[in-house]
Amino acid sequence: MIPVADIVFYLLAAVLVIAALRVVTTRNPVHSALFLVLTFFTAAGLFVLLRAEFLAAILVMVYMGAVAVLFLFVVMMLDVDFAELRRGALSHLPVGLAVGGVILVELIIVALAQHSAGPVTEPAVAVPNTLAIGRVLYTTYLLPFEIASLVLLVAMIGAIVLTLRKRPDVRKQVISHQLARTRDQAVELKKVASGEGA
Amino acid sequence: MPVPMPDINLIALLPEILILLVAMGVLLLTAWSRETTQPLLGLVAMAGVALAGGILLIQTGMTTTTFGGLFVLDPFASAMKLLMLVATLLPLLMSWDYLARHRLDIGEYFVLTLFALLGGMLMASSGDFITLYLGLELMSLSIYVLAAFNRDDPKSNEAGLKYFVLGSMASGLLLYGISLIYGGAGGTGFAAVAQAMGEGGGHAPGIGLRLGVVLVLAGMAFKIAAAPFHMWAPDVYQGAPTSVTAFMAAMPKIAGFAAIYRVLLEPFGPMQSQWGPILQFLAVASLAVGALAAIAQTNIKRMLAYSSIGHVGYALIGLASGTELGFRSVLIYLAIYIFMNLGTFALILVVNNAGVGDEINDYRGLAKKRPLLAFLMAIFMFAMAGIPPLAGFIGKFYVFMAAVKAGMIGLAVTGVLFSAVGAYYYLRVVQRMYFEEAETAFRMEVGLLSRLVIAVSTLAVLYWGLLPGGLIDWAEASIRPLL
Repeated sequence: MIPVADIVFYLLAAVLVIAALRVVTTRNPVHSALFLVLTFFTAAGLFVLLRAEFLAAILVMVYMGAVAVLFLFVVMMLDVDFAELRRGALSHLPVGLAVGGVILVELIIVALAQHSAGPVTEPAVAVPNTLAIGRVLYTTYLLPFEIASLVLLVAMIGAIVLTLRKRPDVRKQVISHQLARTRDQAVELKKVASGEGA
Repeated sequence: MPVPMPDINLIALLPEILILLVAMGVLLLTAWSRETTQPLLGLVAMAGVALAGGILLIQTGMTTTTFGGLFVLDPFASAMKLLMLVATLLPLLMSWDYLARHRLDIGEYFVLTLFALLGGMLMASSGDFITLYLGLELMSLSIYVLAAFNRDDPKSNEAGLKYFVLGSMASGLLLYGISLIYGGAGGTGFAAVAQAMGEGGGHAPGIGLRLGVVLVLAGMAFKIAAAPFHMWAPDVYQGAPTSVTAFMAAMPKIAGFAAIYRVLLEPFGPMQSQWGPILQFLAVASLAVGALAAIAQTNIKRMLAYSSIGHVGYALIGLASGTELGFRSVLIYLAIYIFMNLGTFALILVVNNAGVGDEINDYRGLAKKRPLLAFLMAIFMFAMAGIPPLAGFIGKFYVFMAAVKAGMIGLAVTGVLFSAVGAYYYLRVVQRMYFEEAETAFRMEVGLLSRLVIAVSTLAVLYWGLLPGGLIDWAEASIRPLL
């Protein structure tokens, strides 16, 4: 019998390593971010092989859905020449298509592997893994869970401390001030003698 | 299916919970108070730290584990936490004037300091790699932000960013090591890992575990700035606000050493033949970098960064010896180190308030204008150089004695040699202060809180230099239950 699981694993692993290498070797930051998406997706595929669907779904949702998109935003807000970027929009197409194509192929392979060969690896736990994670997260690992929440809080405080600035020269829109204005404050009538207005 | 809850004993976490509540309280008060009243929040933070110290003193001697072994309270953890509280309280006290002068005394400064302390305390009490790692991240993340806290100063920004990028890489190494250990041992709890490592009879426990030990030690070595993982220290020490540098040179080192103790004695205990040579290498490399690179420095904060790398080297000699005496000597060394170091930083902050820069040449002629300050500075420099009868000598003496008794004569001799080299650059500061003419008037007020810190540090350095008995007994009582 063909060891389907092994073949799929080595395929995914090879794609993962190549994509990760391209993240750091490619010159165009947009391509770099695209390869990062591919890296995350392939890692999610490996999790599916391990029957850890929950981690795979989290990886796709959080890392691909949020983190990678955020990276793309940042890359585009960096000192990138927008005219240059727009002119070369078509040049991103091959990389985008390649990344998308590989993701599609991986999806099919993983799905086929699961159907054709049954469970490719022994399930790590008897219960669905989302349930298993939920069970230990709020009991056995309650303390680390709480500390992790503090780490996130500190990250938030840090981001605000380092970037929030009160700038006196910026005019802010204060809606209550706008609503409190009366006609006398806002409108000034001037008598202009006829023929003398500029 | 009911899920069993682990045993939860919140009494054991009381100091941590108190620090957390004070941090949260200061954070809320920051949001609701005007900028002019925010410096007073520093007093709230200091009171919280002092109160936590009181609880710790009551807890001393208690031994218990909670959260299913994730959190450990024992005399060693209490002792390390007490040192960390001192190493947080003194920098807060002495930076009062400095923070006001640089307009850094906003509430978030104190919140982040408290969170860094909390992370360090959790590291000292961890009984599992997960708790250890999260405590480390909590501490590091807070300090990255503190290093960049003076956000209008490009050097401070650079320091924060450098520390963040390099620190993330070190965290990556550490995590990779932990995951390899998890893979090899089948668990992250210290007890489970120790069992897995002991199975091979102390040798050849599998390449994964061995690689894991190396990577975990490398990650930790970064956090305590041991060579060759010290590259970040000089730039970060120089760029960060001086009050943060003082904090950074004291608290995280204690926390890092507490974590190393935990890891070496519990999960890696059976693998002493593996980590012994690694620590010896780290110790010698740190001594060399600390002594040789410091000679060329002209900035006093940079010089103290290299000096702290050197001090880490001495402490690592004690750990590398792997004996009870060695582990005890490190605790003694750390206790003395924080007072020598914080006393020096208190004086630097005082001189800095006179508008004097951080160059060593800026201290020229200090003795003629402010003889007392110069004399105290000289005391701390002599103590760091390890000249008797000051406490720095006692620290070095015990470390070298531990190395000699463990048969590592070469290591001890190396330490003594680099100690002699190190004396050169400490004495250079004294030479500048006493034998050169003053260029500035050194006109400054020495605040009451700074006087307090300087007095306490000086007394500690003098007292422990003459009568170290109490300190030695304390170290022994703290370390024995762990062995």
